[in-house]
Amino acid sequence: MDFLNALVVFLNFVFIPAAAYGAQLALGALGVTLIYGILRFSNFAHGDTMAFGTGIVILLTWGLQSLGISAGPLPTALIALPFGIALTALLVLGTDRAVYKFYRRQKAAPIILVMASVGVMFVMNGLTRILIGVDEIRFDDGARFIIAVRDFREMTGLEEGLALRSTQALTVGVALIVMVALFWFLNRTKSGKAMRAYSDNEDLALLSGIDPERVVRLTWIIAAALATIAGTLYGLDKSFKAFNYFQILLPIFAAAIVGGLGNPLGAIAGGFLVAFSEVAVTYPWVKVVGYLAPWYEPGGLMQLLGTEYKFAVSFVILIVVLLFRPTGLFRGKSV
Amino acid sequence: MATNRQAAASTNPWRAPILFAILAILFVLEGTVRNSMFSGSWNTSLAILNMGLLSAITALGVNMQWGYAGLFNVGVVGFLAMGALAPVLVSLPPVEGAWAAGGTRLLLALAVGVGTLAMAKLAWTRTRSGILTALVLIGGFVAYRWLFDPAVIAIEANNPARHGNIGGLGLPVLLSWVVGGVFAAAAAWAIGKVALGLRSDYLAIATLGIGEIIVAVMKNEDWLARGVKNITSIPRPVAQEVALQRNPEFVDFAASWGFPAAEASGIWVKLSYMSLFLVVLLVIILLAELALKSPWGRMMRAIRDNETAAEAMGKDVTRRHLQVFILGSAVVGVAGAMMVTLDGLLAPTSYNPLRYTFLIWVMVIVGGSGNNWGAVLGAVTIWFLWIKAEVWGPALIAMLTGPMADGPVKAHLLDSAPHMRFIAMGAVLLLVLRFAPRGLLPEK
Repeated sequence: MDFLNALVVFLNFVFIPAAAYGAQLALGALGVTLIYGILRFSNFAHGDTMAFGTGIVILLTWGLQSLGISAGPLPTALIALPFGIALTALLVLGTDRAVYKFYRRQKAAPIILVMASVGVMFVMNGLTRILIGVDEIRFDDGARFIIAVRDFREMTGLEEGLALRSTQALTVGVALIVMVALFWFLNRTKSGKAMRAYSDNEDLALLSGIDPERVVRLTWIIAAALATIAGTLYGLDKSFKAFNYFQILLPIFAAAIVGGLGNPLGAIAGGFLVAFSEVAVTYPWVKVVGYLAPWYEPGGLMQLLGTEYKFAVSFVILIVVLLFRPTGLFRGKSV
Repeated sequence: MATNRQAAASTNPWRAPILFAILAILFVLEGTVRNSMFSGSWNTSLAILNMGLLSAITALGVNMQWGYAGLFNVGVVGFLAMGALAPVLVSLPPVEGAWAAGGTRLLLALAVGVGTLAMAKLAWTRTRSGILTALVLIGGFVAYRWLFDPAVIAIEANNPARHGNIGGLGLPVLLSWVVGGVFAAAAAWAIGKVALGLRSDYLAIATLGIGEIIVAVMKNEDWLARGVKNITSIPRPVAQEVALQRNPEFVDFAASWGFPAAEASGIWVKLSYMSLFLVVLLVIILLAELALKSPWGRMMRAIRDNETAAEAMGKDVTRRHLQVFILGSAVVGVAGAMMVTLDGLLAPTSYNPLRYTFLIWVMVIVGGSGNNWGAVLGAVTIWFLWIKAEVWGPALIAMLTGPMADGPVKAHLLDSAPHMRFIAMGAVLLLVLRFAPRGLLPEK
């Protein structure tokens, strides 16, 4: 029984939150890694693209809610999501036209593109602030819980309760669908193959008649879609605050680098690795240990690192990977 | 990077003096003219200038990294914060009972922490055994926490309402500026050692991380600098306004210039700070210019313009990059220490990357990367505009929305005027990067 209680505590406080967070990070890292693979620079504006996309989705959600449209038990934001993606894609394509295209033509050094992306980040940050402000916004509606703590206790008779919030299940579900769709696109469709070919060898791809501008446009659209979905899921799960999306940039980069920049499969693995380490390291294990080893008095919370330092976890992972395997676990690109 | 950023033709030699003169006129206008655009107060004008000078020193440090070596440091805020710790730890008076409560144990813990990392490195290079290295790390971590936690609890329990921190050494505050540089250099060494020599993006990402972590440490480690409870009353190297106002000689002196004593004392203090800052700024520029013109500077630029060629000439590119990265960060650290000295206050929550990292970058790019005077010009100009945008932005929006009918859209636009600063700064960065990549004062 104690073992089951420990397991429930573990699931409730570590596994489920980490899985949801991991799915959000994985989607974000997929966007970063795709842009790296095709355009060959680390996009610092990705976090703010996520914030902008989420901002649009929130505005549309409010619009739908005022019209009385809802998705029943699901959050209304899901209906708004496709329109949010479309608008964000338009903005991102616009920035590509206005900013990045010039440097691509010039074949500028990657670091110049990184710097330009910092400029874009500033502008997008300002746009998001004007669009929706800097306050914390909760926009999840519909059913809150799939399994509520009390129901679970009554159902199983265990001492510990398990809560599964609908946003958590939704996050993992949507992320899985998106990932499957993305891999299907990259591996099975002609456009996806063109993208992979371009990523592998630009010159050879050009030689075989692949239109580079089309590949770049596709990449931006997919990246915008991934960013908006990741941002919306993150906002539904936690809450929307523009500055948080700047801060999530570090775990996203860490995830993309751990998996190997430019490697989509690696980005997913990296996202979950970073999320699980972050939650596991900052979770106070005292309760789990209390069930597993009741004779042991830890005399503390058994927390390896305070939650304030959760970003340190992604950073340490990043450093370890840079030290021992700079191309990432799944062998990404090296420029 | 095989881009030669030096000017093809020689630029107008009067360009720099003219631009600096325009800037000076702006500050004089701010000090003398009172209308909707300027405040007409010398106190405001000098306050902007002082912070502008500190931004200029920061920009010089960043310019060494970017302009001399092409290194993209996205953690400027962290190195500033690192430097900001120095006045607290060096020049604050010692806290009674803090050292007795757990000072020695704390130092021992930190030594164990560093020793563990060194041992792990040794274990890895000697044996290449991952298991052994992991064991060393885990053992070291346990020992570190065993020493560290009780020490911190004891120190933070010591008079928590007023102190609860380890306190300083009571040394002169000017010394702490140098120490701030050393602190930042140490952080730069650690991060540069890991991230340099890899892909150029990696340094950017790693510095982004270290920046956030240093600020997080400052916010949460109460024993160090009281965390978000802030440290006030950092010793100042110049006179107090109140003391000046009580001094009859000074009051007469102010009256002879036609200023009331209260206003004059503020101006006097700001002028004293300004002279201190100018001395530091000029010394750093002098050293930087000498270095840039020396064989070392030519080597750095050769590496930046063509790494492969420089490597073929037998230059150790990674080592040189590490060197210049540490030097630049040290300068940023000095500026960080000077900033808290100017404010007399260490407030960790104010360390915002948008303000302290990316704004500095806009300054460097606008001023002219690779040119030290350009960095100074860019820093003071952008800082002036950044402060004035707070006044000018809403006025501009009000003017633009004037013809619009009153309604929620207009109200929203007026409310969001402060956020326009971010868009404006981003736009400036993008426009300069694209249309004038060599900045206001191009590299010679």
